[in-house]
Amino acid sequence: MIKAEAKNINFYYGDYHALKDISLSFPEKTVTALIGPSGCGKSTFLRLFNRMNDLIGNIKLEGEVLVDNTDIYAKSTRIDLLRKKVGMVFQKPNPFPKSIFENVAYGMRVNGIRDNNYIEEIVIRSLKQAVLWEEVKDKLKKSAFELSGGQQQRLCIARALAVEPTLILMDEPASALDPISTAKIEELIHELKKDYTIMIVTHNLQQAGRVSDFTAFFYLGELIEINETKKMFINPAKEKTQNYITGRFG
Amino acid sequence: MTHLETELRQLKNDLLEMWSIVISQIEKSKAAVENFDKDLVKEVKANEKLVDAFELKIDMDCENLIALENPVAVDLRFVLSVLKINYNIERIGDYANYIANVIRKQPQPFGKDVIEATRLMEMFDIAHLMLVEAYESFEKEDNKRSLNIFEMDERMDEINKGSIAVLSEFIARNPKEGKQYLELFGIIRKLERVGDHLENISEEMIFFMEAKIIKHKKLQKNKKQSPSP
Repeated sequence: MIKAEAKNINFYYGDYHALKDISLSFPEKTVTALIGPSGCGKSTFLRLFNRMNDLIGNIKLEGEVLVDNTDIYAKSTRIDLLRKKVGMVFQKPNPFPKSIFENVAYGMRVNGIRDNNYIEEIVIRSLKQAVLWEEVKDKLKKSAFELSGGQQQRLCIARALAVEPTLILMDEPASALDPISTAKIEELIHELKKDYTIMIVTHNLQQAGRVSDFTAFFYLGELIEINETKKMFINPAKEKTQNYITGRFG
Repeated sequence: MTHLETELRQLKNDLLEMWSIVISQIEKSKAAVENFDKDLVKEVKANEKLVDAFELKIDMDCENLIALENPVAVDLRFVLSVLKINYNIERIGDYANYIANVIRKQPQPFGKDVIEATRLMEMFDIAHLMLVEAYESFEKEDNKRSLNIFEMDERMDEINKGSIAVLSEFIARNPKEGKQYLELFGIIRKLERVGDHLENISEEMIFFMEAKIIKHKKLQKNKKQSPSP
């Protein structure tokens, strides 16, 4: 079953044609890595799925972006509900200046949930899903800023999970982390895949190989190749892909 | 040229150097049988150590490349193929050494009649040709040449099978020489194995150059026709 889909997407920043006729679908409960050199359009593409690009002025989008077979750019779309369904994790961990508990509870509180027992249950479940519970269970009231960078990133993942999304967007989620924290995030992605559909932008090709089922290679705003990751890294279909992943690009 | 490309080129050069030594080892072992030349036997035995040293170096270089450079796509296929080709080439070197040892132990040369009847020299020539064709195929990264190897291996198998009846007849006629005939059969069996190793090498080259795995398909096709990737 297809969880999300882009159909004939053309995207412009002013006159700049950033995404060129891209069609790509994301099967449910899979991880798809988006790779390509800086400026190739992969992050722009990722941000289409929670309408983060809307925050930038002077943009134009052509084509359809579907989540659960619904056009998320339709006039009837409520962006707050869309972002509840589509969680996002950024390159740098960005916890709120609140306690560990309140960071995870935040989404529920702004959505009007007042039942403290329910909130506590979801906070614990989300922290466990993000494999952070054992490390923070005795200091839930401490500031989130007391956590290490890797812990903060997992806290942000727990915060995203607490509002029960079904699609998770990750924009280089481990690029600012040390190898141990990176390994934890990658293990977490493997676990999350059982319940969620994940798109991950990464510059780390080995990471794409380790965590994803599918890999999409973008170059100069075009989708050059989408393939099973293991096929992409053993025998890519396109010469441009091979040149990029073997470091012989340009 | 990137650092990785330089490393891969060095790996290829090392393998080709080892490969050319093994080709020469087969040539020398053939000449040692043909001319009962015990000086050549010593040369083969001395070079065997060199082949072993190359095998260890290439193994280690492949391990380092995989661990440190994380090769992917054609580079990964190349390193994986080199790892396996290295093993197969070293085994062929072992067989040349085995043949040299057989000659070293013989009190007298094999009779020309039994050599001719068993088509032993033809086997040596096919083994040599297979080695050279595979070498050039790998060097030029051109798979067309390596496809002949599958056909040549079938000829090796046919000579090997035929040699049992031929040698049984020789043993029946001249039982006193039975031990020497069995030693000669040992050489035939090793040459037949050389053919098998070269078939393995060709499969690895097809994997490297075309990303196709033909191992099991080939076994089925071999019954009717020569394999094609």
